[in-house]
Amino acid sequence: MEIPYTVKPRPDTGLYNAKIGIWLFLASEVMLFGALFSSYILLRVGAPDGFWPDVPTAWPHGLLNVPLGTFNTAVLITSSMTVMMAWTALKENNFAKFRKFMTVTLLCAVLFLCIKGYEYNDKFTHYVIRLKDGSALTGHLEINGSSPRFWTEDTLAAKKLESVEVLQDIPTVLRYPSGFKHEEVAHEPGEHHIKREIKTADIQSLRPFVPATGTFFAIYFTMTFLHALHIIGGVLVMGYMTFVGGGMWKTEPERYTNRIESVGLFWHFVDLVWIFLFPVMYLL
Amino acid sequence: MSLKTFHIVFITVCVLLLLFLSGWAFSNSRQGGGILDAVWGSLALATAVALAVYGQRFLKRLKHISFL
Repeated sequence: MEIPYTVKPRPDTGLYNAKIGIWLFLASEVMLFGALFSSYILLRVGAPDGFWPDVPTAWPHGLLNVPLGTFNTAVLITSSMTVMMAWTALKENNFAKFRKFMTVTLLCAVLFLCIKGYEYNDKFTHYVIRLKDGSALTGHLEINGSSPRFWTEDTLAAKKLESVEVLQDIPTVLRYPSGFKHEEVAHEPGEHHIKREIKTADIQSLRPFVPATGTFFAIYFTMTFLHALHIIGGVLVMGYMTFVGGGMWKTEPERYTNRIESVGLFWHFVDLVWIFLFPVMYLL
Repeated sequence: MSLKTFHIVFITVCVLLLLFLSGWAFSNSRQGGGILDAVWGSLALATAVALAVYGQRFLKRLKHISFL
């Protein structure tokens, strides 16, 4: 039995079924990401005054790598253009050209994930260190030439280290009994870190930049990881449609073209979410 | 809404984002960010213009495809 309206539009909706289906799915996705964006705004507006990391729930600024974020944005914009060109190639009955553009799209998606992975790794090796004198600073730990991930003060105690080397971020925020202030650390122009040795006995707490460390990291990882999951989903579907399911082009070309249109709609939505995530998380 | 229409919406949003990014970078440059921020802003502005031109050419090329 033939499935109706896979190619021709239904008379009542004017659309073929897959298009209705994908738009209903995207509507539910808008609600999901809409709720998360609303949460982000409410958390940020409700964040207390004061400098992060002295006030753990205060909103930190400048923690994300803007050049990398911008590059990733460019990668996703390019992927949207190539998925569009792939669909156009099918409309022009050029399957070879379609495959070429889809391959570029897939490569862009994988590149995006690799860069996101690099950014995540940088956060996992980045720490907020609170000292017993009441001050707090941020930076990367350097132990035997490598940057350890997910360490806490318990790890320091377990490893029985007397002191740790820290690549302290510039500018640094310190808290004093008289109030908060930015500490001006002497450094060369263009330098973003200075090396400093801290005795383990002086450390009150050591926390990596993970969701449990603060509200900002919780919402940042939730939103970007959910987005990354969508990218992975898109890669799997696009990869299948291009290389495994491509045989349908020979038997039912119109239906195949419609499927690619649905995939393209999903991909554009995922990219559009990033277009909003980027300025909200990285720039504002 | 067809992929063609969604692509036009997407490109429009991207152009707006790039204009914002350009303004953000120029503003940083004026507040002591230096030449790098100015270059950044100029690049974003140039890309915004390039994307707008692409969008227009794309629309002309796909005249025969429905917006629905």
